[in-house]
Amino acid sequence: MSNTETKEAAYKPTSPNSKLDFASVWEYAPAPQDSKFAEVKEQYDLFIGGKFVKPSKGRYFKSTNPATEEVITEFAEATQKDVDKAVKAARKAFEGEWSRISAKERGKYLYRIARMLQERAREFAVLESMDGGKPIRESRDVDIPLVAAYFFYYAGWADKLEYAFPGKKPEPYGVCGQIIPWNFPLLMLAWKIAPALATGNTVVLKPAETTSLTALKFAELVKDCGLPDGVINIVTGAGQTGSEIVNHKDVDKVAFTGSTNVGKIIQKSLAGTDKKYTLELGGKGAMLIFEDAPIDQAVEGIINAIYFNQGHVCCAGSRLLVQEGVADKVIQKLKDRLETLIVGDPLDKNTDIGAINSKEQFETVNKYLELGVEEGAEVYQSKCNIPDNGYFIRPTLFTNVSQSNRVVQEEIFGPVLTVQTFRTADEGIEKANNTPYGLANGVWTDKGSKIFKVGSKMRSGVIWANTYNKFDPTSPFGGYKESGVGREGGMHGLAAYIKN
Amino acid sequence: MKYPDFNQTIPIDEVGVEERVSRLNKRSIKKDSKIQALKMALSMIDHTTLEGSDSPGKVIQLCKKARQPHPAIPDLPTVAAVCVYPRMVSVAKKELKGSGIHVASVATAFPSGQAPLSQRLEDTKFAVEEGADEIDMVISRGAFLNGEFQLVFDEIAAVKEACGDAHLKVILETGELHTFENVRKASDIAMHAGADFIKTSTGKVSPAATQPVTLVMLEAIRDFYYDTGKMIGMKPAGGIRTAKQAIQYLVIVKETLGAAWLNKDYFRFGASSLTNDLLMQIVKQQTGHYQSLDYFSND
Repeated sequence: MSNTETKEAAYKPTSPNSKLDFASVWEYAPAPQDSKFAEVKEQYDLFIGGKFVKPSKGRYFKSTNPATEEVITEFAEATQKDVDKAVKAARKAFEGEWSRISAKERGKYLYRIARMLQERAREFAVLESMDGGKPIRESRDVDIPLVAAYFFYYAGWADKLEYAFPGKKPEPYGVCGQIIPWNFPLLMLAWKIAPALATGNTVVLKPAETTSLTALKFAELVKDCGLPDGVINIVTGAGQTGSEIVNHKDVDKVAFTGSTNVGKIIQKSLAGTDKKYTLELGGKGAMLIFEDAPIDQAVEGIINAIYFNQGHVCCAGSRLLVQEGVADKVIQKLKDRLETLIVGDPLDKNTDIGAINSKEQFETVNKYLELGVEEGAEVYQSKCNIPDNGYFIRPTLFTNVSQSNRVVQEEIFGPVLTVQTFRTADEGIEKANNTPYGLANGVWTDKGSKIFKVGSKMRSGVIWANTYNKFDPTSPFGGYKESGVGREGGMHGLAAYIKN
Repeated sequence: MKYPDFNQTIPIDEVGVEERVSRLNKRSIKKDSKIQALKMALSMIDHTTLEGSDSPGKVIQLCKKARQPHPAIPDLPTVAAVCVYPRMVSVAKKELKGSGIHVASVATAFPSGQAPLSQRLEDTKFAVEEGADEIDMVISRGAFLNGEFQLVFDEIAAVKEACGDAHLKVILETGELHTFENVRKASDIAMHAGADFIKTSTGKVSPAATQPVTLVMLEAIRDFYYDTGKMIGMKPAGGIRTAKQAIQYLVIVKETLGAAWLNKDYFRFGASSLTNDLLMQIVKQQTGHYQSLDYFSND
């Protein structure tokens, strides 16, 4: 064996900050997921009353693959007239067949949808990655399995609602208007549609304009499964279409997931009406790493918290708060770990971080990167190669930042983590809570009692302990403060679709 | 050098370790990178026979296979070392002369280590005098579980001294340590006491090497490197039978410690049946077909 010195001279650390070299000697060859089998039409219409119909004004808008900037298809733009038609179809289904069939039959439809989604899981995963830029590893292993899991879970509740709400006769609201975001297109659809249908409502759903593809593929699946016409209606379009849904007089309940700004607009427009609403909005999740935490696993948790789905996660752990005694060690390890993240083609099975969802979001994140520098933050980015085309951003750390910086206060919604330190638990909790948001936080410590003590003082809808970004249909999800109103998931998610 | 307080436990989260391994297992290794990995794994093997029935004849055949793993495949690397009991060291040494392949020997009353220290040191010295380039020792697991960390440390240091110029691999026998925290602590003790390599198992206890245990040990090696600048090698042993598993291990090494560890000086597989599966996969990659097992020698 050669001695240590000659060996050390023989390799180059990836970056001056890292002692370890993750780039040379052995590189992974491309491992592309086959995508040819997943059919994409040139144009998609609106799904209203069980049929695909042309938009009344005949306008379509293009949808691009953010990894290649190529147009992949176009979607119909639903105007006020189309939304009205969709709401009428939903009302008709609600007053008609959907209310007459038994709860058990309702459940069967949901089971059927879940099974059909599982059968076509790979197709949906591929399309989700093509349209939205997320790595196939995530759409295949996280998004689509969870979509099926949510449908299965709520299918089970359909004929057991009286056990969920003892002493009450649970009644649906009627027509639900649902508006979903672009970060988890099909999963957010499942979060919205599954509980609404399980409780006997009908829906008009609008996917985000940059990621409507899987929603329309889902509409095809709905047609195939024989669900009564009008129970699920899908209309595509931008903010204006959403606004038509929110303000339609015959919508009984609005469910929205998206930015806090839009959430506030919706809340204002619903004020004074008797429409019910749930809002699932932004976040700026904090992760507290204590000195007694399992450090290597905590670093892995941080990676999952902020670089999952390019950081396009409302509950992303975008603020790292690390106790001073282990701060240097955690930051060093984090920097080395960043070097092993593979950024690139979302359809490559080895990709860890895919494309930023849209040009608009790409510009927003870049604006925050500039802002961070202006505010005096130290920037660290991994040295990985990124493709020439498409919207890609290297995983980024901001150190030397404080609570007063905008990059610490505002939701960036990209692969950007801010790093601060704290000395005592109280200081850590105070910093975690010192934000208008309160969606999700994380705690890392080896001590169980500390998890509960710290967790109970954090003003946050979700607290993860020694892990992050774990989702389960049985668990309620939602925010404190400006992160939202109401809960989705679990039994709490049923309550949001039942008359009080 | 300042030693850490071995009574302090470094917390390891079992769920987190397993999640990390499962994520690393999702790496898809294809085409050129696969051929490279298969050859790299072959070059890292400690081709091993540790049976009561081992004879010079058996060891000689093992050595011949080590020198020429497969006659029909050009450009194959040799394995890294042949690993035998001390009595067989001289046989192997003679057979491997000029090949660059090391002779490794288990010593210290392998596999249990249940002999007085003086005898274990004699065992080690004998193997070294017979020509062993590398010594695979076992730690006193009983003493470790009893909390006698200083004793375990001193014994390793004593064996290291007895090794002279031979490299020392310290077998933790992780299957008898039960928790990842214990594995981590035993790794730290071994590295501070002078181990050149840390090794999971004797192969005589089940479970032998697992990927989560290996990850915990690699992270211990990384921390030791951060703290001291010294690179320690890693050897999972026992239970690694397929090329697929071997490639998964290489991915874990690559993404935990990086390129500097991806060679036989810093990473080894202790295995016997792995060699043939690697050869079979190399043939498959080169020809597109699987050959019958009969085409691979069983030595």
